[in-house]
Amino acid sequence: MNTETTAPTAPEKKEFWRWQENVWFDETKDWKTAKIVTCGIDVGSVSSQAVLVVDGELYGFNSMRTGNNSPDSATNALAGIMDKCGMKQEDIHFVVGTGYGRVNVPFADKAITEIACHARGANYMGGNGVRTILDMGGQDCKAIHCDEKGKVTNFLMNDKCAAGTGRGMEVISDLMQIPIAELGPRSFDIDSDVEAVSSVCVVFAKSEALGLLKAGYTKNKVIAAYCQAMAERVVSLLERIGVEEGFFITGGIAKNPGVVKRIEKLLGIKAMETKVDSQIAGALGAALFGYTLASKKAAAAAAA
Amino acid sequence: MITAGIDMGSRSVKVVLLEELDVNGAPQLKYGVKKAYIMMPGDMDQDVAAEKAYDEALAEAGLKREDVSAVFATGAGRKQVAFAKEGVTEMTAGAKGAVFMYPAARTVVDVGAEEGRGMKTDAEGKAIDFAGNEKCAAGAGSFAEAMSRALQMSLKEFGEASLQSDKSIPMNAQCTVFAESEVVSLIHSSTPKNDIAKAVLDAVASRVCAMVRRVGIEGEVVLIGGMVHNAGFVSSLKNAMGVDTISLPDMPEYISALGCAMIAAERQH
Amino acid sequence: MIANYGYKDGSGEYYISIDTDKCIDCAAERACLTACPKQMFEIIEDDYDDQVAWIKKPNCRTLAYDCADCKPSSGYTSLPCITACTPGAIKHSW
Ligand code: SF4
Ligand code: SF4
Repeated sequence: MNTETTAPTAPEKKEFWRWQENVWFDETKDWKTAKIVTCGIDVGSVSSQAVLVVDGELYGFNSMRTGNNSPDSATNALAGIMDKCGMKQEDIHFVVGTGYGRVNVPFADKAITEIACHARGANYMGGNGVRTILDMGGQDCKAIHCDEKGKVTNFLMNDKCAAGTGRGMEVISDLMQIPIAELGPRSFDIDSDVEAVSSVCVVFAKSEALGLLKAGYTKNKVIAAYCQAMAERVVSLLERIGVEEGFFITGGIAKNPGVVKRIEKLLGIKAMETKVDSQIAGALGAALFGYTLASKKAAAAAAA
Repeated sequence: MITAGIDMGSRSVKVVLLEELDVNGAPQLKYGVKKAYIMMPGDMDQDVAAEKAYDEALAEAGLKREDVSAVFATGAGRKQVAFAKEGVTEMTAGAKGAVFMYPAARTVVDVGAEEGRGMKTDAEGKAIDFAGNEKCAAGAGSFAEAMSRALQMSLKEFGEASLQSDKSIPMNAQCTVFAESEVVSLIHSSTPKNDIAKAVLDAVASRVCAMVRRVGIEGEVVLIGGMVHNAGFVSSLKNAMGVDTISLPDMPEYISALGCAMIAAERQH
Repeated sequence: MIANYGYKDGSGEYYISIDTDKCIDCAAERACLTACPKQMFEIIEDDYDDQVAWIKKPNCRTLAYDCADCKPSSGYTSLPCITACTPGAIKHSW
């Protein structure tokens, strides 16, 4: 617990992002003096996040792998952060569930789609200049355009096709016998530029990749060709919703420079940097929605 | 006159050497197949593979290149056949070949490993319309192949297994990659293999069928392409299309090469 | 808001977009619900508490096949859904 912190220090100097444990909370704030504490829970296919918001400000988060059982994932994610800051579930005024498993957050007061939550969260993390949001998850890909308030103005989702999803990257990682995390760096470790594999379909791209290997391409070059195809595919989705400056990337792919840098190059726009892991955007947005809803409820109660 | 049709698929090269005969008034006897030859090029470059397959087919037929009046090519890799005089689309070639085999055929369904499509044809075997589902492996035979691998069965066994099932389990995944995980979880939940096989083949059949409906189902229906060998798929397709019979040519892989060689012959007159 | 429902795969891009601003105060008495022979449309309350139409979830992965009957390859001049939606909220990408 963390009640007697002194004056807030500049966030840059603090250890804002502890990747190993993936649990963080703002030691400069005290939730006990807050009027409204809300929580957002994003249960994704690969990872689940719980975010706490006090009086409309980010307070803490926990990010972990999704287990086989979505309700457990939601409970565990929340327990992980509550334990850290000495909070109990009854201290939380409003819980919003989001993500693919949002219906599996048994204690949620409301479920909101990940589209709206990502936009709201990105708007908070990246500021009101955020317009274009890309979320590339394990099994889907979302492109969102939003206004200065973080309200969605245009969106699309693709969860039919494995191309352009984390799953598509897993396939090449398996094929090459190279861990996912190494794909990005390796894709830039090549002596000359390569063209993208021509097939969009992961199945056909896989055979194409094999063909390239047999034709004497190095593994790195094949990975580069595959990453380029991924990037082109994602860009084509983004173009449908209209790309504008203020580009924010969330989801697992944000950690794969092999795809991200290529997307930036194709768009001619750099993605915004964030101090906090952008993976929490959905859960953060959910918690912020929770804050709005809880405030409304409080105001209505006060008026009555 | 002898002509050649070469069908350059992504996995195999098919060559048909066709002889035009002088028979009055019997169109079915107008052509005789001198040789039908298939080769799996493996890692070979397509242009080299085309040369090799053609030479081997000629050698087996006891012919020389100069004996052949015209070589036409079809298939996705038809542009790689440098020595072909002309190229024709798979639709044009497939419809021609199918109507030659079954003169009453007006609807031709072509399902190979990598593509599924429907064609509407006239009595001359001229393709009037077509609708395809190309470049997505979920709409063709390779979807079934990937799933049969997950069940550790050959595609043929897979088809036979599906015939043993009378259940229809819907598959949620519409993508080959995602469907593999779905099949694995079906296996884990002890769903009988027969039922899984049927679910998979039903899924491919319904996708192919939707494409065929775009051209309309009329007259005799002929299925060509590698999936003809899969009895389970044929039965699923009949169901999906709501037809009692689908004609299945003996050498379904060669129909396009045959049609191609016929077109080559016709264009020499 | 423009809500795009559907997908893009190797074979093409299949999205039905619904302009929710035009859809909220539907002037066509939700005609899309009955016009679509596959009954793919449904009225939901979206994240901003508006009552709007969307495409049912399972159809979002099978649009190319679902709409095949309405889109013969010989060509067509109108689609039931677009015709029924007089406010012009519905668009197809293919
Ligand atoms: S194109 Fe390939 S990866 Fe995409 S849905 Fe089809 S089978 Fe899956
Ligand atoms: S095109 Fe036909 S099937 Fe498709 S949404 Fe419109 S009415 Fe429904």
